[in-house]
Amino acid sequence: MSVITSSPEKAPAKPPRSRGDRLFAGTAKGAGLAILAALAGVFIFLTIEGVPGLSQTEATYAPNHDFLSYVGPLIYGTILAAVLALLLAVPFAFGIALFISHYAPRKLAVPVAYVIDLLAAVPSVVFGLWGARSLATYLVPVHDWLYGHLSFLPFFAGPPSVTGRTIFTAGIVLAIMILPIITAISREVFAQTPRLDQEAALALGATRWEMVRLSVFPYAKSGMVSAVMLGLGRALGETMAVAMVLSASPVYTLNLISNTNPATVASNIASSFAEATPAKLHVLIATGLVLFAVTFAVNFAARWVVGRNERRMAR
Amino acid sequence: MNRTSIRRAALPGIAVLTLALTGCAAGNEASGDSGGGLSGTLNGGGSSAQEAAQGAWRAGFQTDNSGVTVNYDPVGSGTGRENFISGAYMFAGSDAALSEDGGELDKAKERCGGDVIEVPAYVSPIAVVYNLEGVDNLQLSAPVIGDIFSGKITKWNDPKIAADNPDADLPSTTITPVHRSDDSGTTENFTDYLSQASEGSWKYEADGVWPIKGGEAGDGTSGLVAAVKAGDGTIGYADESQVGDLGVASIKVGSDYNAPTAEGAAKALAASPRVEGRGDNDMAIEVDRTTTESGTYPISLTSYLIACPTYDDANDADMVKGYLSYIVSEDGQQAAADQAGSAPLESSLQQEAAKVVDQISAK
Repeated sequence: MSVITSSPEKAPAKPPRSRGDRLFAGTAKGAGLAILAALAGVFIFLTIEGVPGLSQTEATYAPNHDFLSYVGPLIYGTILAAVLALLLAVPFAFGIALFISHYAPRKLAVPVAYVIDLLAAVPSVVFGLWGARSLATYLVPVHDWLYGHLSFLPFFAGPPSVTGRTIFTAGIVLAIMILPIITAISREVFAQTPRLDQEAALALGATRWEMVRLSVFPYAKSGMVSAVMLGLGRALGETMAVAMVLSASPVYTLNLISNTNPATVASNIASSFAEATPAKLHVLIATGLVLFAVTFAVNFAARWVVGRNERRMAR
Repeated sequence: MNRTSIRRAALPGIAVLTLALTGCAAGNEASGDSGGGLSGTLNGGGSSAQEAAQGAWRAGFQTDNSGVTVNYDPVGSGTGRENFISGAYMFAGSDAALSEDGGELDKAKERCGGDVIEVPAYVSPIAVVYNLEGVDNLQLSAPVIGDIFSGKITKWNDPKIAADNPDADLPSTTITPVHRSDDSGTTENFTDYLSQASEGSWKYEADGVWPIKGGEAGDGTSGLVAAVKAGDGTIGYADESQVGDLGVASIKVGSDYNAPTAEGAAKALAASPRVEGRGDNDMAIEVDRTTTESGTYPISLTSYLIACPTYDDANDADMVKGYLSYIVSEDGQQAAADQAGSAPLESSLQQEAAKVVDQISAK
């Protein structure tokens, strides 16, 4: 027995490995480690360069006084703009994705999908120019209408901006920018739903919508969350479009339609960077570090919520 | 076979030689004018607003001194001054003179081992721009501008504005003041004007960051101009060369209302005193925004060149001297005016600056 197991041609525990296999495994592992190393590198850079920014002279934080009061409105503005963008984009994106994967005839689905993907290729600075020069002007009457009819809500307390360069407009521009990412990913996961699940639902007498709700959504849930998370990531980090559209001030406000809007972290870095002194540069990098941490926290929170739901459903 | 290849090589060879000789001749000619066929690399940087003018100066300077490579980094005035102090730049361009806060001036003196040279490079008028339908010739006084930008006057037909504009038919449109959202020299000079001239209606110090939280803001000059253009009843401030077809207000000086002009800004600068307690070669100017002299325009940005009076290396000293001499010369001033839209210095200032720059030497 022992003779047989020790013989080299009869060792099934180790699969045969060619040089190609080893090369591929090595490359894949290398790629995985490289992205971790890059992330760690960015984090280390942000920490080393950013920590001195926490305690600069008061004038560096003008018109605020210290780091917390400087970064607070920026983080608030970043999250507000991103949430606004998600509220507008997510229903649209899932609708478009479902239309392409389940409702549209093939003849229509392919060109629609193509056009949506093209939207992702438009540079953000172009969106910024369009948003600031064209869309904002057209949205001025919308601002007036919201103020006229809904001013009892704190979001539309006004007075409405006469230029339309508000966080409301910025949210719409951001929504258009994150639409293709969310659409493309959710379209793919919707299309992956097992054919048998869908046919079973239909055979049990479900309508098209009930079939989507009962078989497609539960199956695609994790993918949909990933799509939204990627969209959120882009909205949180979007720079030029927001910098160009927004009329920014360092304030907290719920008012979406006035000319006083909180800037976002990324847009503030972009607009302050060119003339920044080294001291100010440390402060800007420190705000970047805070954004990095916030993005991480948001992602972890979302994963945790989804993971908990999935465990509960598996039970 | 051999002969033809020699001939082939000889022809371009002669051509190159001729070119080189004429090049030398041109170089010799130039050296007669500007004091040296200079060569080497001249590193400087600072104000991004100076970038266009620096481009014009570099081109003009290099036609006479083709051996010199001039590098100008538009890193911002503050960083430019810090890099000058640290020795990374041989000269700096800055939208503000060296300040005494935080020991900046002392550190610069330490770097130079003596007094620092600061000469004005150009002056550019800042226009108060507005977009108001039906009003073409708006006239404003400093206290009214202060009230508008601090939000005390909110309607265009306010009696205070009407008092400055007896002939205009002012609508009841709401005023939307627009400021810069980024840290800028334009904001610093505009708020300096307001704090000096507004007779107390503007309660803030001069600062590059807009001191009031909230209100309409634009990113950079182009963002501000776009915002003023986009709304009705908007008012803002921008470099005069960038205002396009927006309305430009005339500013009350004495009993007249003057539109922003290069000459007016240069005249106001020439009439202003120097910052006290500076060296002889330091032409830092405390612009008098309250001047009542006729024909002056008090809202302007003065851009400076900062250099040392002596350099360790003789070639460095010659290059800095040559380049700065060109900038403050009539030719250099005109080149910047043509290509960057800045206002040339007034002739008395220009001559004084030329004298100061002429003292640059090796240790």
